[in-house]
Amino acid sequence: MLVLALDTATPAVTAALHDGSRVLAESTTVDARRHGELLAPAVERVLRDCDASLRDVTVIVAGSGPGPYTGLRVGLMTASALAATVGVHAYGVCTLDAIAFASGRTEPFLVATDARRKEVFWARYGDARTRLDGPRVDRPHDLPAELPVIGAGARMYAETIGGDRVGDPEYPSAGALAALAAEHLAGLAPERAAELARVPDGRIDSVEQASGLAVLGPARPIYLRRPDAQIPGAPKKVLEQARRGEPRDERGVVSGQ
Amino acid sequence: MSGRDEPIVLGIETSCDETGVGLVRGHTLLANTIASSMEEHARFGGVVPEVASRAHLEAMAPTVESALDKAGLRFSDIDAVAVTAGPGLAGALLVGVAAAKAYALGLGVPLYGVNHLAAHVAVDQLEHGPLPKPSIALLVSGGHSSLLLVPDVAQDVISLGSTVDDAAGEAFDKVARVLGLPFPGGPHIDRSATSGSGTAIAFPRGKYDDGTLDFSFSGLKTAVARWVEARTAAGETVPVADVAASFQEAVVDVLTRKALQACRRYDVKDLLIGGGVAANSRLRALAQERCDAAGVRLRVPRPGLCTDNGAMVAALGSELVAAGIRPSALDIPADSSLPITAVHV
Repeated sequence: MLVLALDTATPAVTAALHDGSRVLAESTTVDARRHGELLAPAVERVLRDCDASLRDVTVIVAGSGPGPYTGLRVGLMTASALAATVGVHAYGVCTLDAIAFASGRTEPFLVATDARRKEVFWARYGDARTRLDGPRVDRPHDLPAELPVIGAGARMYAETIGGDRVGDPEYPSAGALAALAAEHLAGLAPERAAELARVPDGRIDSVEQASGLAVLGPARPIYLRRPDAQIPGAPKKVLEQARRGEPRDERGVVSGQ
Repeated sequence: MSGRDEPIVLGIETSCDETGVGLVRGHTLLANTIASSMEEHARFGGVVPEVASRAHLEAMAPTVESALDKAGLRFSDIDAVAVTAGPGLAGALLVGVAAAKAYALGLGVPLYGVNHLAAHVAVDQLEHGPLPKPSIALLVSGGHSSLLLVPDVAQDVISLGSTVDDAAGEAFDKVARVLGLPFPGGPHIDRSATSGSGTAIAFPRGKYDDGTLDFSFSGLKTAVARWVEARTAAGETVPVADVAASFQEAVVDVLTRKALQACRRYDVKDLLIGGGVAANSRLRALAQERCDAAGVRLRVPRPGLCTDNGAMVAALGSELVAAGIRPSALDIPADSSLPITAVHV
């Protein structure tokens, strides 16, 4: 088994190769604004570091979020296009699960990442491998009390959450993502593996749809929010506006995240 | 120029709401497949960037597969990948650029990040053969209204003028809304105008005689809205067909006038019109009339190649390969405001 894993659901752009028992190479750069620029060279780098070619890769796994959407899509698009050219399956693993797995924790805790708009994406875990609730999106002060919180969302809102609850890791690592995926891929029957990789119709754009997602699934994004566009009313009256001296123009492109 | 040994280029376009995938060999079109999220945007009265980006991610892989099927090709037949690197909606562009990089990396072939506007020019070569050097290009769509001098579409495109406010297609959408016609407005106004008179109402022509090759459509759009509102306020019926025809006449009058001014000013005898608005029947007719009178040859690609598509990106990519241009690096950004001086990045 040679797993190529990548994740762009947080400011970390991370890629790794894993042979089923250990991480062979990993590249992680934290830069919230350059996912599109950094990811493909990172994939090239980890392949070069192992003297491997994409032809050697047997499965590709991407972090499926939740995460800010523009960056998140880079990883999933890359995974799905690479898989198509190489002729292997692409899978998605919840990014919060990868952060949880990397922590190695054995007691209950939360993972929280930045969801922008003063909110966090979060999930509750019984231990490093067991998600009990989530992923969800909420304000930091609405997180369950007392449990330790790991992930960049914890550090970002340490004042609200309480500094003594903040733990590591801050960002997902593709190495941990690959290791977690490798555990779930081991011993998977070929038919089941193909079935799991198939992307179904419909989007995960609500918390309800995301609840109870298996660790290993198709390479598709977990959005948790619908696009926030407004359906317009009647056209603005230009004559009245002109009388009131208001600006008359409106943009053709509707704003939305 | 259509030899079997010419490289096969995959083109990917995601600058707005169309997921376009094209396959081209030299100047030969092999496939041009499009998935559009227009229906999802229609109820918002305009393109919603996040809706477009989500749709691109879902549509990309199936659209590429469908293009390969249509061309009877396999991934391993692809010799190069070209992608729109800008201008366009940032989040939408990024999906296409990420896909193109992964296809190029996965196939071990060169990547070419190209300019959307130059691709609109290059696509005509798939239909009408090599572009005379130089040509003048008028590109009109929902996002752009530009006049270009094109000494060489692979390396040298010069901006002569562009809109200072709304794009022509944007004005069509906004006027359609005022008239109660559906989004996107262009085809509906074109259809409605066929039963109206282009001279019924004298709507203003922005920047008509200002000596520049720039356009302005915001004032026209407002003038139409005022005219319609005044009739409605007076309890009169709005003559939709006449308003549509007169508005359309004002737009195409300015567009063709300035395009032919550019031809005269730069002593160029070939004019190309591209972009979604090039599908407008009145624009085509008036441009032909004025080109004939001025002794200018007019080239307009068929509508399927005028609107955003992947074939145009593949066509420009093919041109870059033929010209021996150095491929793009795998770390090129998607640039929402990529200037036309950058034909490739």
